[in-house]
Amino acid sequence: MASVENNGNGRRRSPLSSPAVVLTFKTLGSIIITMLGLAFITFVIGRVMPIDPVLSIVGEQASKSTYDDAYAALGLDKPIIVQFFYYIWDVLHGDFGTSLLTARPVVDDLIRRFPATLELATLGTIMGVTLGVPLGVLAAVNKGSWFDQIARVVALIGYSMPIFWLGLMGLLVFYGILGWVGGPGRVDIFYADIVPSVTGMILLDSILDGNWDVFWNAMSHIILPATILGYYSLAYISRMTRSFMLEQMSAEYITTARVKGLPERTVIWGHAFKNILVQLITVIALSYANLLEGSVLTEIIFSWPGIGSYITTALLSADMNAVLGGTIVVGLVFVLLNIFSDLLYRVFDPRAK
Amino acid sequence: MKPIRNIMAGVVMGFVASMVALPVVAETPANMLVIANRIDDITTLDPAESFEFAGSDVSRNIYGKLVNFDPLDLAAGYGPDLAESWTVSEDGKTITFTMREGVKFHSGNPVRAEDAAWSLQRAVILNKTPSFILTQFGFTAENAMEMIKAEGNTVSITTDKRYATSFVLNCLTATIGGIIDKEVAMANEADGDMGNIWLKTNTAGSGAYTLVSWKPNESVTLKSNPDFYLGAPAMERVVVRHVQESSTQRLMLERGDIDVARNLNPDDVAGISGKDGIAIDNPLRGRLMYISMNQNHPVLSKPEVRQALKYLIDYEGMQNSFLKGQYVTHQNFLPATYLGAVDENPFSLNIEKAKEMLAAAGVEGLVIEAGVREAQERIEIAQSLQNTFAQAGITLNITVGTGKQILSRYRARELDIYVGAWGPDYPDPHTNAGTFAYNPDNTVEAAATGLLAWRNAWDTGGLTASVAAAVEEGDRDTRAQMYVDIQAQFRETSPFAIMFQKIEQFGHADNVKNLDLGGAITAVSYWKVTK
Repeated sequence: MASVENNGNGRRRSPLSSPAVVLTFKTLGSIIITMLGLAFITFVIGRVMPIDPVLSIVGEQASKSTYDDAYAALGLDKPIIVQFFYYIWDVLHGDFGTSLLTARPVVDDLIRRFPATLELATLGTIMGVTLGVPLGVLAAVNKGSWFDQIARVVALIGYSMPIFWLGLMGLLVFYGILGWVGGPGRVDIFYADIVPSVTGMILLDSILDGNWDVFWNAMSHIILPATILGYYSLAYISRMTRSFMLEQMSAEYITTARVKGLPERTVIWGHAFKNILVQLITVIALSYANLLEGSVLTEIIFSWPGIGSYITTALLSADMNAVLGGTIVVGLVFVLLNIFSDLLYRVFDPRAK
Repeated sequence: MKPIRNIMAGVVMGFVASMVALPVVAETPANMLVIANRIDDITTLDPAESFEFAGSDVSRNIYGKLVNFDPLDLAAGYGPDLAESWTVSEDGKTITFTMREGVKFHSGNPVRAEDAAWSLQRAVILNKTPSFILTQFGFTAENAMEMIKAEGNTVSITTDKRYATSFVLNCLTATIGGIIDKEVAMANEADGDMGNIWLKTNTAGSGAYTLVSWKPNESVTLKSNPDFYLGAPAMERVVVRHVQESSTQRLMLERGDIDVARNLNPDDVAGISGKDGIAIDNPLRGRLMYISMNQNHPVLSKPEVRQALKYLIDYEGMQNSFLKGQYVTHQNFLPATYLGAVDENPFSLNIEKAKEMLAAAGVEGLVIEAGVREAQERIEIAQSLQNTFAQAGITLNITVGTGKQILSRYRARELDIYVGAWGPDYPDPHTNAGTFAYNPDNTVEAAATGLLAWRNAWDTGGLTASVAAAVEEGDRDTRAQMYVDIQAQFRETSPFAIMFQKIEQFGHADNVKNLDLGGAITAVSYWKVTK
């Protein structure tokens, strides 16, 4: 996380007069170094972890020769640095190795798992932003009022309620008792595998296929976990928005604007809000990236086949190819979102223009 | 974190559910069985490699074997499956199977003797985790072609010495005995792997079901085989969905989105017991809970002390409190439903009797250490022991550690008392007899760390010979009686107090009939299920 913010600040300080080409190379260079460093650290941690990956494949009852065969097959007989170079070489050729747990190429697993997380996190973030930003702005403008108090309580609950508790209660009430939403999983089993997988995101795939039955069924399944993730991100975004806004509202230019007789709406949205956009983008990007890591508990409760539970299960079983592949994808998501928010700064920050 | 989460979840769900009765709303189609289960342990579907519970569940319904168990009569033991009959040679070393005529693989290829021989040879040659089930009969990669042979319509299996026929046949009912379509597997061979990589995620069997899809950590979908030689199964589709949480499984069962919930915790079982349309079953599984006493310990090696400790265990109290619905008292090393299993449980908590025995042995102020893995139920068992031992003046210090820490000390004979669990590896009594009551060389140098008797430095008092004899006894009934006798002696003299056998409580819609989870000896069967 720290590196992400450092990168962000560093980029903002970088000379704006630099030619675009230099900037592009710099960006690419920083991506490559970050990703290599991430892969190396994860790789080394994986190798020194006190879990025996061979034992987790062959089990305790296996004979010595079975164990030795598996040990050699994993390439563990070579020095760590050699193993790492082999690994990077393969990754550069699009081969992340085979997962021990799923017996499939890690790339295939990630292609199946990541869209599920992407779909959930995107919907959650959309909810968090569309509700959280106005909530934060209104709370700041009406500081100390009953609205501010309610917004605070709403955010506090979002922060402090364990997500598994919210998930279970949500399931119990909206699925178990009221029957308004679909249960765990991405679609009912009758709708599984009906639309061809193009993006891996069922909502999008069903739209592309024009199959609205599947779309609504998938929607009824995703709505609850997305709302819970959305609530969590709403809590964070609304509090941050409120504090950014308060800072602006006490600034002299706001007083000036008011003295000039501008309507309050223009003062709030046209002046103060415009000035917090840059900070807000960072907050939203980070919150989105957090959700894209996959929320393990939400995935477990809703039987959601996302990347969070994939990496966790892999980690607990010393399935290092899967852990590395998953970590690299999550790392890449962080780096890309960071670059994306950098680009947005250039659009919204008048000084950057 | 997990236990806390489970407890909190249970409390919350129990509280709310007690106030609101959930209506059973939907229903799954009549020809479809939908099951919620934890299936994240499946790592391969290759019969030569699969050794996990959920994997065996899939395999049992896809692959036929030479001999197999009838799901509705497990107690009858193995019977003919792809082999119609078999004969045993004079010297007891060769079993010749005659293949059933007219059975086809899912591909349409006929099931031949050649496929059967190849499948077993392959399992030996590939040398994966469960291969010891076959290699214990003296098969090696070098001699597999010689020892396992197809000739016309028969397959013959020759072992390195005489073994009980029931021992060999029981082992052939294990997952590793699955008969694979050689033509299909070899068409998908890569780098001389005999189709291993392909068969990890694909299947080529002749059983009641074919694989539609296995999505790791998500679902397994099976489709019925209309040409199954025992008749097309009633359930045309079986979907097993991976649902981690007990409370989620319960909700789905109550909503009617699933027919069977296999991982319900006691709180959720209590919550749905007696509800309309839902039934609870309590089949026994193979796992045992036991404590063992290190015979290198000067006091624990006294026969009276071993006996006294068996009277200092509150079997009934534990079974009725924290183990309720999960374990039932069982004091013999063969789980119920195994050949030769007995249900005699002579020990119960008797502090006075234990005190007398300890006094007779001259034991006073004994302080011993128990090693326990960090699993909730085992820690609770250790605490119960600590309490009852204390009533007889024995101080039990509990050391809790990770599986690896505790197990390595156990294997090094360093623990006084080990609180552990044991699951049988294959459906023959020798799987447990061969570790609890068999220890041919008790010296440190022997390092037979795989044998539980060795780990506790117990020379078995002559049982080793009895176990070796039982493994060679050709007559099934005589052999069963031998295990009955071995266990009678074991109960009284061994340094093991076997305490409990696992129950797998599961909930299902009450219209689901004939679903057998496989008891202690095998895996689940779907082909007899009706709704």
